[in-house]
Amino acid sequence: MLKILVFLVDMNADKVTEKLNILADAAKYDVSCASSGSKRQNHNKGLGNASNGICHSYTEDGRCVSLLKILLTNHCIFDCAYCVSRKSNDIKRAAFTVQEVVDLTINFYRRNYIEGLFLSSGIFKNADYTMERLVLIAKKLRTEHNFNGYIHLKSIPGASDELMREAGLYADRLSVNLEMPTEEGLKLLAPDKNRQDMIDPMNFLKKEIIQNTEEKKLFKKAPMFAPAGQSTQVIIGATQEDDQQILYMANHFYRNYNLKRVYYSGYVPVLSDSRLPALNTTVPMVRENRLYQADWLMRFYGFKVNEIVDSRQPLLDLDIDPKLSWAIRNMQAFPIDINKADLQMILRVPGIGVESANKIVKARNFAKLGWDQLKKIGVAINRARYFITCKSTDFERRDLTGTKIKQFILAESHSKYLKNTQTQLSMF
Amino acid sequence: MTRLFYDGTFEGLLTTVFEIYEHRLAHTKLEKGECYTSAMFEDKIKVITDETRAARVLKGLQQKLSPDGIQRLYIAHMAELDKEDDTLIGFIRYAFDSLMNIEEDFGNKYVLRVSEIVGFMRREKHRMEAFVRFQKLKDGSFYAAIKPDFNVLPLLNRHFKSRYADQKWIIYDIKRSYGLYYDLHDTQFISMEFSSINKPDKVIAAYTEDEGVYQNLWKNYFNSTNIPARKNTKLHVRHIPKRYWKHLPEKI
Repeated sequence: MLKILVFLVDMNADKVTEKLNILADAAKYDVSCASSGSKRQNHNKGLGNASNGICHSYTEDGRCVSLLKILLTNHCIFDCAYCVSRKSNDIKRAAFTVQEVVDLTINFYRRNYIEGLFLSSGIFKNADYTMERLVLIAKKLRTEHNFNGYIHLKSIPGASDELMREAGLYADRLSVNLEMPTEEGLKLLAPDKNRQDMIDPMNFLKKEIIQNTEEKKLFKKAPMFAPAGQSTQVIIGATQEDDQQILYMANHFYRNYNLKRVYYSGYVPVLSDSRLPALNTTVPMVRENRLYQADWLMRFYGFKVNEIVDSRQPLLDLDIDPKLSWAIRNMQAFPIDINKADLQMILRVPGIGVESANKIVKARNFAKLGWDQLKKIGVAINRARYFITCKSTDFERRDLTGTKIKQFILAESHSKYLKNTQTQLSMF
Repeated sequence: MTRLFYDGTFEGLLTTVFEIYEHRLAHTKLEKGECYTSAMFEDKIKVITDETRAARVLKGLQQKLSPDGIQRLYIAHMAELDKEDDTLIGFIRYAFDSLMNIEEDFGNKYVLRVSEIVGFMRREKHRMEAFVRFQKLKDGSFYAAIKPDFNVLPLLNRHFKSRYADQKWIIYDIKRSYGLYYDLHDTQFISMEFSSINKPDKVIAAYTEDEGVYQNLWKNYFNSTNIPARKNTKLHVRHIPKRYWKHLPEKI
């Protein structure tokens, strides 16, 4: 077996360092960090595998660093207002060679710094030229280096079907960022881009993935095709869309394109432009967090999107999480008996997460549960107690309105979001 | 109340269970190590580990628990927590005394505590899989020093062996002074002698030339991915507790 040794010292280490700084900095606004969802095993004593994700490090802003996330180049022919690499922005431009990206990936991977590679790029020359080079890097890693680690490639809008198909053979995940939640938003900030160009590759890959799944049922040895599926990202707060528009959009893409994840990235002002929020605008981190919580409710807690937001309530509460918000708007569903209720209803109780809910339904087969055991299992009693009864004579007897319950919970909690609300509740 | 002392091994634990049932002991307290003389009217038993007796107990347990349940018990024991031997005994007795499989009765305090301890081990194992940072040595092999809160090194075997199948590597637990070595075919436990100059977490003299280059590249990369406008030190430290920082090149 021919072993290809990679020595970056042959190339100028300083030059590579400079490129890395520029091109990692430019890639950081693409927040996808997942390295799980694939089923790639090591074979023939190759290098690496990819199944469960591992966060090898965390940035000072708390986000996980799991992959080597870089742009192949930040040269770009487009001028999207929200992007730091836009054509008209006066910044240092750089480009990696194919070999440099391969070397960095392999050497970081061998040291257990990363789970794999996340490769994006500005669009230089045209979509096909760019996509071709991304695919070449993935191909080299897989075929020349027997690399089985995680590879996430961007689907460049407008690239040919053949290139997309090849990309799926080598990558674990493919993604194309919608960037703006609505077509209007995109037209405003990126007039030379076309939303349909972003949706076409999603559609093509969705069909290819389905077809590959069918093939694999018949032929076990059929090659893997994008085993970790597709994802996308929208920027929150650069344009005026409300949470209802954002979550309905996310729901639409989960349902109709089988996406694995939608990422919501709070807008970080890096550019001055009359179409964008001012440079001193704070990043909408609380809103972003609530959107992720709402996303989790849709995917893991069995909520329909119109239960979380609708035309009467198009914005998520910032001071409380969406599940609590739903509960206090639907007090007619409570209290429930924790020892009898369905798992689906238990998941809707504020203060009970997926793990606790599963433990509860298993444990109550043996004996009825009281407050003590619920607390030990991990239920947040200071929230749940307004919504459940259990094996105890001690339960919430007052007929409380949703508003009152919210006040009590906020008064007791040490929520970091309290700092952001205008009306501070008095504690005593 | 009977105080029992055992050698800390899993076989020793199982032998203790044998003794408890053989002598029909009701109230017991289990500790590791030697029994020192104490109160005159206390019953003390020193448990001598017996493989045959341990095997019988294990066989009995296999009738009462699933393989998953037995593994949870084994992992909880591997945590080597000082005051939790009674929890393990409580769990085993509950398993034997029940007609059905009790490993999911999270209402029971022993089952719940075992589940919590397994959670500690699982989290630490996952942290180690994340925080092991290999350094390439002159002979082409990769070396990493770790200092896990719990004895998780045996649990790292499968992951690292299947991932790094084509490079020799060593992961050394500097807290417990033993390591895992992969020679391209199999893994084995090793212990190494370190001179006072070459501490196990600083084997700089043995690095290849380009090791420094890659560590610097990694540090640069790490700093470049940070978004200062979203700084959140509390969250950052929660993810990477400070005690791990000295083993991560990007945090040094």
